[in-house]
Amino acid sequence: MIGLEHYLSVAAALFVIGIFGIFLNRKNVIIILMSIELMLLSVNINFVAFSSFANDLVGQVFSLFVLTVAAAEAAIGLAILVCFFRNRGTIAVEDVNVMKG
Amino acid sequence: MTFFDFTFYLFAIVTVGSGLLCVLARQPVHSVLWLICAFFSSAGLFVLLGAEFIAMLLVIVYVGAVAVLFLFVVMMLDVDFAQLKAEMAKFMPVALLIGVVLLMELGLVFGSWTVSPDAEGLRAAVTPALDEVHNTAALGQLIYTKYIYLFQAAGLILLVAMIGAIVLTLRHRKDVKRQVIRDQILRDPKDAMEIKDVKPGQGL
Repeated sequence: MIGLEHYLSVAAALFVIGIFGIFLNRKNVIIILMSIELMLLSVNINFVAFSSFANDLVGQVFSLFVLTVAAAEAAIGLAILVCFFRNRGTIAVEDVNVMKG
Repeated sequence: MTFFDFTFYLFAIVTVGSGLLCVLARQPVHSVLWLICAFFSSAGLFVLLGAEFIAMLLVIVYVGAVAVLFLFVVMMLDVDFAQLKAEMAKFMPVALLIGVVLLMELGLVFGSWTVSPDAEGLRAAVTPALDEVHNTAALGQLIYTKYIYLFQAAGLILLVAMIGAIVLTLRHRKDVKRQVIRDQILRDPKDAMEIKDVKPGQGL
């Protein structure tokens, strides 16, 4: 029988894969953005799993908003990436030091 | 093992596996395709959980919009990805360490907790029975009444993101000739042309 734990462990595995990806591809912003998408997806799986097993629809409403924010974040992130590539000719994150932050 | 269990394990394994391949793939185009695969199979997981609307939204928004956006950017940028991948082996040990530690911490979900007896009473919107209202209609009844302001705010976020992305990537190229409507309208026949009275046999 598939319980809540099964879904939670899938989400946990996906979240860890996202973090793993950020550490592994420290130079490639595109893969980092994709890893962030994977982490947000795992959060969504958590929300929907709890919503389904607790019979509470609010979890699904919230995952809708997470989806919205994820889409906005991807659009802005990729726009910044394109802008950065035009100025510098590379997308390596380590070269992002114009603001000396 | 029932059919339900089988489908769950299928979708779960495909989701996690393609997530891993997305992170490890040599070429970013393959990464994007694995990401699409992960989204599709987690949409399957959502269908199994009875959240059809979110599942369809995932397919439409993520696969239809976000993944295609990634694909566009990957294909548009002329980057030497092999060079970016070269140092992957250097980061592998620390990434593996952090991954395993996190996975062990998150592995605590198995068995070490119970649902509070008060949890039943704390639900904000109890899911109606499936034979009365199906998932999409129930979500709509909730979003358009109780969460209408949040819904509007989500729309505003998307608008701001759209304007931001356009402003960031818009550029005016100087080397391209463009139509300037203002100049066309303001152009006067008096200084645009001149009538010469040419006598026969003389020329200008």
